[in-house]
Amino acid sequence: MTAELGQFALVLALCLSLAQAALSFAGRARNDRGLAGAGQGAALAAFLAVAIAFGCLIHAFMTSDFSVSNVAANSHTEKPLIYKIAGAWGSHEGSILLWCFILTAYGALLACSRGLPSGLKALTVAVQGSLGTLFIGYMVFASDPLLRLANPPVEGRSLNPLLQDPALAAHPPFLYAGYVGFSVVFSLAVAALIEGRVDSAWARWVRPWTLAAWSLLTVGITLGAFWAYYELGWGGWWFWDPVENASLMPWLAGTALLHSAVVTEKRGALAAWTAFLGLCAFTLSMLGAFLVRSGVLTSVHAFAIDEKRGVLLLCILALAAGGGFGLFAWRAPRLKDQSVFAPVSRESALVVNNIILSAVTTTVLTGTLWPLVLLAFGKQGGVGAPYFNLVVGVLMTLAFLILPVAPFLAWKRGDALGALRRLSFAAAAAFGVGLLVLLLTSPRKGLAALSVAVGAWLAAGAVTEMLVRVRAFQAPWPEVGRRLSGLPRGTWGMSLAHLGLGVFAMGAAFETAWRVESAEVLTAGGGLSLGAYHLTLDGVSEAPGPNYDAERGVISVVDRSGHPVCTARPERRTYDTGGQTTTQVAICPKALDDIYIVLGERRIAPGGGSSWLVRAYWNRWAHLLLLGPLLMAIGGALSLSDRRLRLAPGRRRTPAAVLAPAE
Amino acid sequence: MVVATATPILALAAGLALWGLRGSISYFYTPAQAMKAHVSPGRAIQLGGLVRVGSVTKRADGEVDFVIADRLASSPVSYRGDLPDLFREGQGVVAIGAYDRDGRFVASNILAKHDERYMPRELTKALKSQGEWRGGGAAPSYDRKAGPL
Repeated sequence: MTAELGQFALVLALCLSLAQAALSFAGRARNDRGLAGAGQGAALAAFLAVAIAFGCLIHAFMTSDFSVSNVAANSHTEKPLIYKIAGAWGSHEGSILLWCFILTAYGALLACSRGLPSGLKALTVAVQGSLGTLFIGYMVFASDPLLRLANPPVEGRSLNPLLQDPALAAHPPFLYAGYVGFSVVFSLAVAALIEGRVDSAWARWVRPWTLAAWSLLTVGITLGAFWAYYELGWGGWWFWDPVENASLMPWLAGTALLHSAVVTEKRGALAAWTAFLGLCAFTLSMLGAFLVRSGVLTSVHAFAIDEKRGVLLLCILALAAGGGFGLFAWRAPRLKDQSVFAPVSRESALVVNNIILSAVTTTVLTGTLWPLVLLAFGKQGGVGAPYFNLVVGVLMTLAFLILPVAPFLAWKRGDALGALRRLSFAAAAAFGVGLLVLLLTSPRKGLAALSVAVGAWLAAGAVTEMLVRVRAFQAPWPEVGRRLSGLPRGTWGMSLAHLGLGVFAMGAAFETAWRVESAEVLTAGGGLSLGAYHLTLDGVSEAPGPNYDAERGVISVVDRSGHPVCTARPERRTYDTGGQTTTQVAICPKALDDIYIVLGERRIAPGGGSSWLVRAYWNRWAHLLLLGPLLMAIGGALSLSDRRLRLAPGRRRTPAAVLAPAE
Repeated sequence: MVVATATPILALAAGLALWGLRGSISYFYTPAQAMKAHVSPGRAIQLGGLVRVGSVTKRADGEVDFVIADRLASSPVSYRGDLPDLFREGQGVVAIGAYDRDGRFVASNILAKHDERYMPRELTKALKSQGEWRGGGAAPSYDRKAGPL
């Protein structure tokens, strides 16, 4: 019964989304608050309907109802409960349902939000409803998540064992919450373009939605990279794979949008550009969903692929993005932008930031889609990591050099010399870190040390900014305390996010340059050296799990002086269903580093005994790669909780309205 | 002012992209295509085909030798490292690496699959054009209606 209830709810949700779009448009066209209100009600109802369908799917997974095709293909009775639930978004159909659930949730939030002028709000709700109609329609007509089977199997085919992992269970909800969060910005941009008004008040409304989407996307990407790092057993965390790039591009566009929205808000400038970025961020999110799900590009992260559905997703993308950008081309020339920029000012620095971020987004997009260009010339091929490392590395370094200076520049007219003088400590710190890294590491790598120094410059710049703001070491301490508590959270958020970026950059540069790899075929008792450590394979034993059998190696790690560091237990698991084997990496954290050990398959040694290929990596400063994005996401959340953002601009005028004399 | 800043940065980006693309593109070949195109030794390419049944030898020093074949030609491949979990004889595979002077393909990476139902698109296309494709990797019949997942 639940599956039918869910299917019914989905069809209902489609009708409600359609009603949401139609009623809200009509409400705006006729300036009828009643109609617009009905549109908002439909948005709430659509969310409830999708939530019911989603609940039905989760219920089907939890009760292992194999008469539902999706459950039969992706679940199994012996699977732990948490992965049964996560199985609900493990398949193509389920993930689209999750996408629609989040899309309508944002729609409902939008309908409940206050402060937007009623006309703009009605249009925004209408556009959000149109997006909902497209995606729910796709689900109802082409990708039914609750399809029944005529002859249900007795047992399911199980979720791919690689996906049975806590980080990956949480990865899609966060990632989609980020992707789809940009849909609100898209709707706001389209609505503002229809209204013909993109001004500082509009930018103020865009900011919180962008911040929320950006922070969630940051968490989502980090979880995905972290999963790839410890689950795939390749020792790396980013491979410039199309699927990974697909998530990075909306993030880059969203980052640019966050910064350009500030300029629009404070100076009323870059209005058209901010609207354009708002359209780009969600378009790139949809492009990501299309690339991942259509299989048009070859990825190491294989997904549920269906070319026919890919074409449909491409049609949705073309319709939504084409509509948005077509409107932009028509309306943008009318948007007024009369601001004059001084060459040295905060807005100019933010413009440079935006130019660089757009250039990075475009080059990543080019590299990702290049195989399609090759295909057009009758060749097949791919673009490797060196391209992305070169282009993104050089351009981002440029952005990182300017970044710490920007917060010290005033709006309209900045004092570059004064800003640099205040940053002299940060520059010295960065230089010191770079020099230390150059002297203390072997092999000696100048360029990598320079990259670490750039990361340190970012981090030290962010810390300096916080210290200068509270007048630490200058004012008496009670005053510092007062300033500390008086600083708006948005300021803290910004500094924290920049600090996180610096931490990440240092980690990325250091880990990439000085990672130590080693691999050896070992018999029990054999050893292998890994940089400053020595590994000994003490033995391998059988270790049965809940739905798999495993071979578990016991490997003791000692440092140069022979002190034990840890005992690692990497596994090689064979799952009962499907017979798939996976490697379970053992990671020994050591200060900022990871010692990362993979047990390979059993081989027959020349003497007749067993031997195993053991691969080990010393991933230095790997923890910074996790800490950095975490700080960035916390910074985003902190900014989001800022009172100034919550007090919508419309409401700030209320005291004035109250003071106005009654007629 | 915006144009003055944008031009050099965008020019730099375009220059870097063109330069980077030249060195980073690796073309996809099946053994027969590689032979026909006379791929020069040392040039990074992707070699795709089926792993010939019975050709896999895992040597004690950790090196693995196998043969990637299509219908018309085959290439010996050697790879040092752990094979992906879904590497099987008789199944499709994509190896990334370069030919050495003796015509042996030295792989630096074997394209790992997360899912047994997955087949790289280039490979499907190349094998289909040779009539080799047997539709392996399709989902079992009971969820056929829902399409391959």
